[in-house]
Amino acid sequence: MNFENQGIIKRLADQYGPENLAVVLGNGEANGVEVFAETVTQGDPTYAGPLAGVALKIPVYHVLEEEVMAEVPEKLRNEKLQLSSLVIDVEPMQQALHASREKL
Amino acid sequence: MLKGKKVIAIGERDGVPGPVIAECLEGGGLEVVFQVTECFV
Repeated sequence: MNFENQGIIKRLADQYGPENLAVVLGNGEANGVEVFAETVTQGDPTYAGPLAGVALKIPVYHVLEEEVMAEVPEKLRNEKLQLSSLVIDVEPMQQALHASREKL
Repeated sequence: MLKGKKVIAIGERDGVPGPVIAECLEGGGLEVVFQVTECFV
């Protein structure tokens, strides 16, 4: 995750409290999802960004996970997410994110 | 699980972009406090 976004997330966590936040990703491939999840739960794994050593423990989801899709009205789901759900393989991301959330 | 949470939407150019995630979740009554689209190239 780039440093600018890490800084913004840190500021939002200070403002609202990390326990009141959730991150929803839209990654097209599983590559990178674990790093994203680690960055906002355990801290920046590269130890270079604003979240280095900051364990915010914010739960991370993918927008195409069933639990998230269930929150989206059917019309929007069909219009905006249906095509993506056909081309994006959410299963490996779901496994990584489930594991990440279970550790919280 | 997401109900009552403030959502940070981090989309991807080759996946689902941030504004689309935000639109979908806001349509469901969730509060999105930040949305962005990252690009991994």
